[in-house]
Amino acid sequence: MKAEEHSTRTLKLGEWEVRLRSYKLGDTYHCTADNVEPGAWIARAQGATKEEAENRASQRARKLLGRTRRKPHGLR
Amino acid sequence: MSGYAFPETLVSTDWVEKHTVDPKVRVVEVDVDTSAYGEGHVPGAIAWAWNKQLCDTIRRDILPQDAFERLMEESGIGNDTTVILYGDNNNWFAAWAFWQLKIYGHKDVRLMNGGRNKWIEEGRELTTDVPKTPDAQYRASKPDLSLRTILPQVQDAINRGGVPLVDVRSPKEFTGEILAPPGLPETCQRGGHIPYARNIPWSKACNDDGTFRSIDDLRRVYASEGIDGTKPIVAYCRIGERSSHTWFVLKYLLGFQNVSNYDGSWTEWGNLVGAPVEKGTTAAVN
Repeated sequence: MKAEEHSTRTLKLGEWEVRLRSYKLGDTYHCTADNVEPGAWIARAQGATKEEAENRASQRARKLLGRTRRKPHGLR
Repeated sequence: MSGYAFPETLVSTDWVEKHTVDPKVRVVEVDVDTSAYGEGHVPGAIAWAWNKQLCDTIRRDILPQDAFERLMEESGIGNDTTVILYGDNNNWFAAWAFWQLKIYGHKDVRLMNGGRNKWIEEGRELTTDVPKTPDAQYRASKPDLSLRTILPQVQDAINRGGVPLVDVRSPKEFTGEILAPPGLPETCQRGGHIPYARNIPWSKACNDDGTFRSIDDLRRVYASEGIDGTKPIVAYCRIGERSSHTWFVLKYLLGFQNVSNYDGSWTEWGNLVGAPVEKGTTAAVN
């Protein structure tokens, strides 16, 4: 099998930029979410449609990103 | 891949596609997301889990020598096998595996340029079949610890007035604004960086498709921060995998001789009682 219908887009979830990479493999759509900077994978999801896979990955990513705290006092 | 110091350590997706059934070649996927392999992988590839198979699971350390030899044998890898590593996140943990294979003296290990994402985006064949591996015997070399820097060496270097440390984390991690990449667990008590460190994020070594930048671009990126191979260099990040990626670039693409990976990285330094920490801004490197 080969991946088809590739797409990549970025969006903001809260204050964080996230990149969604989606493709279809067999009958299933897959989506991975990474945090763009530094590019670390944070969530993966599948769905019967691209939208479903992306929504699930986004929801998981949003939950994890919500735990990240900024510490502006750490700056000079 | 022309111009790199050791171009034989890098192979293209096309090369891998032509060697998936080559009995002298073992392709291994090493992902941050250890479930990715099960979704579909390069035909003939096996998988190593970085958090279970590429570390000591009792104490924090790289694989002990006997466990490393066992992993190679169970993977059907002999001393003469060509090992091709690839993975997600632009080969972060594939590079971590590469680093450990070099520590234990494996002769022929290579990274697939662009990693898992490039393979998928090029529409190449994927399978969920897990291959059977042949019997193999493996004897590791005595570990080459010149490739690794440990805490006392960093402390000693700082006390002597500095060492070319390259912090390959994102600028926000470097300055102390965040303690870990967004969305990942905060695993240290303090934010910031090791004194004297230069911030050259790992991603500066890559093109948009995940492949490595040209030799001229790489020279320029690192030279702009004073990293030209004339002095020993220590790379670090948060847990040692992103710095393995940069270590690979500096040692095998640029050909700098004295490069090591401080795999204790920020999760060690940022948790130390009494360790000096610098915070603040960093210049962007393009």
